[in-house]
Amino acid sequence: MSGIIGKKIGMTSFFDANGKYVPCTVIEAGPCVVTQVKTNEKDGYTALQLAFDEKKEKHTSSAMKGHFELAKTTPKRKVVEFRHFEEEKNLGDTLTVEQVFAEGDFVDVVGTSKGKGFQGVVKRHGFGGVGGQTHGQHDRQRAPGSLGASSDPSRVMKGMRMAGRTGGNRKKIQNLEVVKIMAEKNVILIKGSVPGAKGSYVIIEK
Amino acid sequence: MSLLLDFVKKQLVGEVNHPAFKAGDTVTVHYKIKEGDKERIQQFTGVVIQRKNEPTTASFTVRKISNGVGVERIFPLASPFIDKIEVNKVGVVRRAKLYYIRTRTGKSARIREKLTTSKEA
Repeated sequence: MSGIIGKKIGMTSFFDANGKYVPCTVIEAGPCVVTQVKTNEKDGYTALQLAFDEKKEKHTSSAMKGHFELAKTTPKRKVVEFRHFEEEKNLGDTLTVEQVFAEGDFVDVVGTSKGKGFQGVVKRHGFGGVGGQTHGQHDRQRAPGSLGASSDPSRVMKGMRMAGRTGGNRKKIQNLEVVKIMAEKNVILIKGSVPGAKGSYVIIEK
Repeated sequence: MSLLLDFVKKQLVGEVNHPAFKAGDTVTVHYKIKEGDKERIQQFTGVVIQRKNEPTTASFTVRKISNGVGVERIFPLASPFIDKIEVNKVGVVRRAKLYYIRTRTGKSARIREKLTTSKEA
């Protein structure tokens, strides 16, 4: 696996060479700095820790300051570990988008989905709702209906889908196409949508 | 909107060289149509009733009356299928979106033409 940390900028669309209208997400990806190299001998597994996005020194804890100093780099906001990174990298190396991805690649994107608050079952689990509003139907159009049977089992089964907090959790979307890479601005365009709000961090991996 | 997004949009759209036109103008859009592996050009003439000026996703709507039925067509300005746009008439209108035209017929649906002297043209 190899990957990079990015920041979601927004969405747009354009006509490609075949005249197809392509919707895409604009992500500012990298440059990332290698802040730690984990090895089999020392840590029991191999991984690469990458850091992305500048942060002021006064907002950095002493512990993290020391960690970034080891890699001879400035403090960064987002630090992510990538397991079994394909390319060999040393401490303090920088990674840019075009080193990791090429146009036409298929990637997975991880992000934190937008929080939706407390939602009912129709939005949260895709329940169909009741259907009609007439024929004596009361005001229960979006109600979940029955939760279970009567005397057997006399309880609600575990894992019953109900209303509750929705969104705001880690989501991975697989197999998204890289449509374009603009290396001079560290921008990568990915076909379709990507989880998260504008300005939120995403992990792009291959 | 973020500056970076603006930059990306400008990069994507490239150069589009169409004559300037606005709502109220009468234009002819030469639109390429693919039939199998053949390509032909179809013309669509009518009044521009709106123009949306987003950098990459700019579009405009052309309205005409065909056999007594109002027909509207929305074209993306950056579309590679637009061969060319001809401006036939420049109209004098007071709004940017002429949705009110839809409810009018006959004389009241007319748009005054801007007359230009030969010097200006």
